[in-house]
Amino acid sequence: MNKNTLQKRPVYLNLLKIRQPVTALASIAHRISGVFLFLSIPCLIWLLDQSLTSEASYETVIAQLASPVSKLLLIALAWSAAHHLFAGIRFLFLDVDVGVELAAARRSALIVNVLGALVALMAMVAVL
Amino acid sequence: MSIGGSGYKAWLIQRVSAVYMALFLIYFVAGWLVCAPQGFADWAAWMSSLPMALATAMFFIAMLGHAWVGMRDVLIDYVKSTALRFALMAGLAFSLMALGLWAVKVLLVGNL
Repeated sequence: MNKNTLQKRPVYLNLLKIRQPVTALASIAHRISGVFLFLSIPCLIWLLDQSLTSEASYETVIAQLASPVSKLLLIALAWSAAHHLFAGIRFLFLDVDVGVELAAARRSALIVNVLGALVALMAMVAVL
Repeated sequence: MSIGGSGYKAWLIQRVSAVYMALFLIYFVAGWLVCAPQGFADWAAWMSSLPMALATAMFFIAMLGHAWVGMRDVLIDYVKSTALRFALMAGLAFSLMALGLWAVKVLLVGNL
């Protein structure tokens, strides 16, 4: 490690005070939705398990999914999956240098954020 | 970035699993929209056909590889204590393996 990397550098990372451009919002939402999706994995496998075990447990799952808390979680899940998918596709294009210019990157980030919100809205209409 | 290094492998696992999950998800949602399974018998019949059970089990395995790289990145970014980060990553690895085995049991071994 050279001398420069050992020097104390100023760190200013108060996210609440930094104005977030649209690309940063797409990025942090990709991370937050990813963590939420990770936390939902055990619930999803449990739901799959119960839904395939027997007719009775299937009906129980359907009834549980109709509760207000489940509906809220389903909307969050729909937004997370949709935003993570759209933002992920955007990152795959950025990986191969497509859309890396500032204007294009800002436009695609805005599209991703709007599409994610749109899916959340559709999920809301579907479950409520 | 060195080809063959662990960072390159993680990067590649992330992308390959992402593409598989995206394709499966599009197939799954499209299948649902075209003809949503009606009731338990219909749903169980769809999920228990070997190609669908295999594709879904592969989806969960891809998801666990994907979650490993993503959550590892998150832990590396935010957990500064080496001991705590190591403990969390070990817990993460075992949890993901247990979840993978559970998904495989549900889809390919149990119930059906």
